[in-house]
Amino acid sequence: MDFVMPDFRLAAPELFVAAMSLVILMVTSFAKSRARSAAFWLCEFTLLAAVFLTLFSGTVDRAQTFSGMYISDLLGGFLKAVVCLSVAVVLQYGRAYMADRKIDSPEYYILVLFAALGMMVLISASHFVSIYLGLELMSLALYALVAIDRDNPRSTEAGMKYFVLGALASGLLLYGMSMLYGATGSLQIHEISQRIYERSANDMVVVFGLVFVLVGIAFKLGVVPFHMWVPDVYHGAPTAVTLLVSSAPKIAAFAMAFRILVLGLFDLAEQWQMMLMLLAVGSIVLGNLAAVAQTNIKRMLAYSGISHMGFMLLGLMSGVVKGEGGTYAVNAYSSAMFYAVAYVMMTLAAFGMVILLSRAGFEAENVDDFKGLNQRSPWFAGMMLIVMFSMAGIPFFVGFFAKLSVLQAVVAAGNVSGQALYYWLAGLAVLMSAVGAYYYLRVVKVMYFDDAVDTSPLTATLGTRTLLSANALSIAAVGLLPNWLMQICAFTLLH
Amino acid sequence: MTGWQFLSLAIWVPIVGGLVTLATGPDRNAPLARLIALVTACAGLLVTIPLYTGFDTTTASMQFVERYQWVSRFSIEYYLGVDGISMPFVILNSFITLIVVVAGWQVIDRKVAQYNAAFLIMSGLLNGIFSSLDGVLFYVFFEASLIPLYLIIGIWGGPNRVYAAIKFFLYTLVGSLLMLVAILWLFMESGGSFDILSWHNLKIGMAAQSLIFFAFLASFAVKVPMWPVHTWLPDAHVEAPTGGSVVLAAIALKLGAYGFLRFSLPIVPDAAQHYASLILTLSLIAVVYIGFVALAQSDMKKLVAYSSISHMGFVTLGFFMFNAVAIEGALVQMISHGFVSGAMFLCIGVLYDRVHSRQIADYGGVVNTMPKFAAFFLLFAMANAGLPATSGFVGEFLVVLGAVQYNFWIAFVAATTLILGAAYTLWMYKRVVFGEVANENVKSLSDLNAREFAFLAVLAICVLAMGIYPLPVTEVMHASVNGLLQHIAVSKL
Repeated sequence: MDFVMPDFRLAAPELFVAAMSLVILMVTSFAKSRARSAAFWLCEFTLLAAVFLTLFSGTVDRAQTFSGMYISDLLGGFLKAVVCLSVAVVLQYGRAYMADRKIDSPEYYILVLFAALGMMVLISASHFVSIYLGLELMSLALYALVAIDRDNPRSTEAGMKYFVLGALASGLLLYGMSMLYGATGSLQIHEISQRIYERSANDMVVVFGLVFVLVGIAFKLGVVPFHMWVPDVYHGAPTAVTLLVSSAPKIAAFAMAFRILVLGLFDLAEQWQMMLMLLAVGSIVLGNLAAVAQTNIKRMLAYSGISHMGFMLLGLMSGVVKGEGGTYAVNAYSSAMFYAVAYVMMTLAAFGMVILLSRAGFEAENVDDFKGLNQRSPWFAGMMLIVMFSMAGIPFFVGFFAKLSVLQAVVAAGNVSGQALYYWLAGLAVLMSAVGAYYYLRVVKVMYFDDAVDTSPLTATLGTRTLLSANALSIAAVGLLPNWLMQICAFTLLH
Repeated sequence: MTGWQFLSLAIWVPIVGGLVTLATGPDRNAPLARLIALVTACAGLLVTIPLYTGFDTTTASMQFVERYQWVSRFSIEYYLGVDGISMPFVILNSFITLIVVVAGWQVIDRKVAQYNAAFLIMSGLLNGIFSSLDGVLFYVFFEASLIPLYLIIGIWGGPNRVYAAIKFFLYTLVGSLLMLVAILWLFMESGGSFDILSWHNLKIGMAAQSLIFFAFLASFAVKVPMWPVHTWLPDAHVEAPTGGSVVLAAIALKLGAYGFLRFSLPIVPDAAQHYASLILTLSLIAVVYIGFVALAQSDMKKLVAYSSISHMGFVTLGFFMFNAVAIEGALVQMISHGFVSGAMFLCIGVLYDRVHSRQIADYGGVVNTMPKFAAFFLLFAMANAGLPATSGFVGEFLVVLGAVQYNFWIAFVAATTLILGAAYTLWMYKRVVFGEVANENVKSLSDLNAREFAFLAVLAICVLAMGIYPLPVTEVMHASVNGLLQHIAVSKL
């Protein structure tokens, strides 16, 4: 094969972030005393600039570069913008938290930036090698971040657990990829799709490979039965890192799932659909039931996250039904994407609230730490109220429309295929949302109905307060006018 | 008067006013919060008056229609309109909100801004429910109205308030989530429309009709509440503050009944007629059994709560007999019950504010110290028992009249149990008001102040006016009820 000079412009955002992370690495080694704040501001600049780069440098039409390893399209552009924005939010929320615990070494910022870079690569990857590259870049940075509070046994334990299970999942993913390669002779997603289309779809090897690939995806999303790491990592990691682990990587994992399953293995849809259904049902049931029993709010949000990812998969699996109905398919994928974006907005605000209540020497980890928040700060109690009701799927908040669009996709699939199974799925999903409402209500209950035990004032900086308020209010605002975000999700997917 | 979008105003004036009230913040600004709330509540009532004066009583179609795209991706519309069935409830709701704000004027002394804001926002949301003509818009208002009521019960309620608030929320949520699935099914079946009126003309097979009927039933039966899913109501009522009980009884319970008329009957008429006997049985159980349960209560609020369930049993009874007299009677009963039960809870609130007890046994001989109060309380108790010339009589009489046309024995049972209503209400009245002064608490009671006198007097006028001359209320309903009945009579199979 002749060497072709790749078109670097298409990958400008990734190249920019990669270059900037090296610059920041150098700057922080030389600027001793101001290293931390320099790292923070440079990271924020990099991420926000990357948002602009992805939005304005991207091509409208799909274009490939690096010999088909990298794909530039609207979907990737939008998701990368969301990822960069949410990582920027994470850094702002976590800054004081990390500083209070003296774990805000410059490496923290650089690792976060590398994780973001990994996610960006993952989102734009259209080749098994670049997928794996992005995934590992993201994961390795996250493993180290989870264990960054190295004197805290819980943090290191969580890091170890995450690493071991994550390595196992990566291994399984690689194994699956190798089988797909063996069966199709290609690592490029579109070529694989083409080869599978030309051969028969029921090829045993291909299905076998699919199973392992799916396990890898499921692990990264943290859905049942590959969810074991989620509560421990969310609980053990410093909250600022939990914030990161719980938010942007879900977007990247969605992109990976979409590219591999829908773009690459569409002809195996009947197979992966059933698998996704089982994963989704397991996650929704177990996530919601287990969350009820939690007293630690980080674990509660972890289990709630599992159930939310199950909901998202429910949208992803409703895309393909026997027979015609192309518009429903787009509706299903865009609903899953909308759900992922909505979930990231909500989880950022939820963990942001946990950070807001924490201060030097005190971790607001338990649901009871929210007691009487309405007396301490009516404003932030109101913000948390919005977040909790949104997560419970109560209107006028974005969580309701996320649930509505996924349920609509499921019911549509049932209607088109005529299978009653989908209606049962929808019924199960709504009943489990009612179970879920219970533990979100409990948080509202302790905030509003109980008296404050801890009456110390909130110590968060003005920047965090403003950003957190904006974050929570945006949940309400998008809930009032959800159309534009839904249209963006559908539009970018169609292209 | 055209050009003014009165329905939008009825929804958003209270909500925006509520947010402004909320912004007044801590309790040191309480007078300001109360003032803003009062102004908002008055404005909220004023903007609903044109709905009545400009109402065309000759047509069954929707009036004051506003229709805009909201979420075009799923063709969800901001689609509002009222007919003769829903319009009275918008006005009733705005009126009751004003009463509640006045009633809580001095009584509520902590988190005043939040209290008033919760009621105002809820008022807007409830108006939204009654005027939505889009399935998702309806559902959105329906669910969102749970939030303020949850907070009202949980923050300002009685000792067991947390349990009651969570029970209330989860009961109603489970019901309404099943309705959401039905709404989505109808969306698919109608080719991608959430327009409720277009669903009215949808042809649906019997099996699907049955499923939809029960999905809606799950939601509305909990709201009404019908036996046996009524158990959240006594808890919620007893623990809620007076204002919460009033709104709950006067408006929130009407949502379920309204839902039957807007969704169940016109969308799935065949299933509704097929399962009518089930609903009639449940309604009769509510009327009779819950009537006996009310008789046994020792807590005044619980007694009125059970009497609400029993009265709402009359409403569902009236709906599912499919004749104009019974349905109009049931509608009148709903409005009357809004006044009467609201007034009963306010009366109990007046006593509770002074003695801090709801137990009947803690009272006796109140008439000696509070003669003015006793007179009002008597009027409302009589209305609750269905005395002629009060509003309570009109509704129950019409329902029984309709029942005679439908089935004599149903009418017989329902009419006989009117005695039960008289029994538990008047017996409670006797124990609380008459007799010797029971204890020191009662001895030191002070009679109604001007504020209490004012809101009870306004309610008394409403109750009497509707009892003596109900025509202004029934005439707006005629066309819509007849239109509904004609619609139901045509099978959709």
